[in-house]
Amino acid sequence: MSTLGPLDPSRSGLPLRARLATTVGGAAGRASRLAGRGDGSVIGGIIGLRLQPDLLSLLARGRRIVLVTGTNGKTTTTRLITAALGTLGQQIASNAFGANMEAGLVSALAKAPDATMAVLEVDEKHMPAMLEATGARDRGIVTLLNLSRDQMDRAAEIWLLARRWRAALAGAPDCRVIANADDPLVAWAAGQARRVTWVAAGQRWHDDSWCCPNCGSHLQRDGDDWHCGECPNRRPPVSWVLADDEVIDPTGRSRPLDLTLPGRANRSNAVVALAVADVFGVGVAQALSAIRPVQSVAGRYTQVDRRGCALRLLLAKNPAGWLEALDILAPAPVPVMLAVNAQGPDGKDTSWLWDVDYRRLRGRQVFVGGERKLDLAVRLEADEVTFRIVSTVDEAVDLARSPSMDVLANYTAFQQIRALLGRTA
Amino acid sequence: MPDGVGSGPSAIRLVWVYPDLLSTYGDRGNLLVLARRARLRGIGVEIAEVNSDQRVPVDGDIYLLGGGEDLPQVLAARRLRAGGGLAAAAGRGAVVFAVCAGYQIIGTEFGGAEGEPVPGLGLLDLRSGRGQRRGVGEITADVDPALDVERLTGFENHQGTTVRGPGVKPLATVLTGVGNGDGTEGAYSGRVLGTYLHGPALVRNPGLADLLLRWVAGTLPAIDPRQEELVLNLRRERLAAQPG
Repeated sequence: MSTLGPLDPSRSGLPLRARLATTVGGAAGRASRLAGRGDGSVIGGIIGLRLQPDLLSLLARGRRIVLVTGTNGKTTTTRLITAALGTLGQQIASNAFGANMEAGLVSALAKAPDATMAVLEVDEKHMPAMLEATGARDRGIVTLLNLSRDQMDRAAEIWLLARRWRAALAGAPDCRVIANADDPLVAWAAGQARRVTWVAAGQRWHDDSWCCPNCGSHLQRDGDDWHCGECPNRRPPVSWVLADDEVIDPTGRSRPLDLTLPGRANRSNAVVALAVADVFGVGVAQALSAIRPVQSVAGRYTQVDRRGCALRLLLAKNPAGWLEALDILAPAPVPVMLAVNAQGPDGKDTSWLWDVDYRRLRGRQVFVGGERKLDLAVRLEADEVTFRIVSTVDEAVDLARSPSMDVLANYTAFQQIRALLGRTA
Repeated sequence: MPDGVGSGPSAIRLVWVYPDLLSTYGDRGNLLVLARRARLRGIGVEIAEVNSDQRVPVDGDIYLLGGGEDLPQVLAARRLRAGGGLAAAAGRGAVVFAVCAGYQIIGTEFGGAEGEPVPGLGLLDLRSGRGQRRGVGEITADVDPALDVERLTGFENHQGTTVRGPGVKPLATVLTGVGNGDGTEGAYSGRVLGTYLHGPALVRNPGLADLLLRWVAGTLPAIDPRQEELVLNLRRERLAAQPG
């Protein structure tokens, strides 16, 4: 878990009240962490903001800001960018544990008063506001990964979200945008930005972009390429490409990625991180040397031994995430446990389960858990996947009697499993 | 494109209308539940998924319309009106089951992205507009006794309010949740039925799925209770989680 470094209340340029706000906020964060209530990054930021509402702007002033947003991959990409920029030898502020709203950003910056750079993941809905508040609109970098349906009971509809991104970026001509050209919604959202580096980062999930976000006509697709049959909207020319397991840089040179992290989605995240690193003058080889060793991100992909079974923990929160996660499951006969909750952070609506195609799990040993295991069980039954319902990971481990097992869970189900398995996860 | 599994001359033809525009959150569930409940009874199923750049066939038995954001909803209504296939099918007595944005589309008029009135298909005499607040959460409602369907349980996520014209009956009376905004939920007339229960509305309401199948196939044989156990447990769990 993260440690709050000693705060420097004399950080130059901060007004007295802002200094007090970061000090009090930091103390509250430490108290919260000691009390075992998470990593303390949110409560500290909330208290700081209450004392000084423009604290984020004050803390961000004078730093080079990278914002990372999108439906999936924010936390991992933030981590990979931080690793790549770390080769410059400077201190970097980052909300590495996914606290991605204003308070989390405040906390990340307050913890690293001397960092000249900040790599911050930002909730999709809050991107326009954070673009303003962090000053990233003027001299910063915004990284747009992908957009797909996610927690529809509390998040904005995604076409609406894309429209808000588009307006915000159109009004930020000095902002550098790194965007995934393969996602039509993202491409459209970045379409009026002045300075865009387009990355062919791929798109596995197409079900939210069958139609042109510009005019609504059916999009024509040919592999990763796409264009609208009715209006001029088309995939922009790209300068970075993810091609299977390799990255092709803007000079046309390709190199194997060789990541420790599994899966296509992480290769996509890595190529985006390389494009960001390039803006800072970090070359591909240098950036890759720092990105390759990353093996788990905030608990994701962690391996834990449990009663002689090597568990690998995978997190996916929405249909596009589950699609990618099902891709990286160890092949049969390694058993799989799926766990789903529907608490506030998960979205209270389990409808999304019906957007995931589970048929590839047919014939495998599957365990079903989490607080909404019945919703998941009914879903698997409709896809003719056989499974056993369990109460805990341990029950699945005992029933499976396998040397290893993959555990795929959504957000709070994942956190519950990590808590059960202890700090090692 | 029919995906003929166990299909035959008496197979039920399911048509999923415009999944490219009207599939926001789990709408595929309704298709899968209808197909499963038909097959468990030995009834064949043919499935057609018809995108908005294709013609809606007129010879389907059950047409499904899902939810959608404002802009896709307006586009879907425009294309369905221009194509005419769905209205023709409904005219010859096909079953139409529409949820959320699809429910509004089958009415006479609904509110567009800026609240402007947009003409619907007019399969039901309904007018929908934008309410004061968004209805988001679990909904339970008691179905019109004439339909012989058990209590509805589902999730709603919409800001619409819907007013029925004469000749259109409410599908249900709201116990918890918002529904049409006047204490009723959904609407039906003949074999056209709409509801604000969004996404996979039929999953937790197998009785409603069976009503649609019955409208096509008449009296249905019972399903092996072992095949019903999970869904009945899910229904019990969800209904128990709701007050009222």
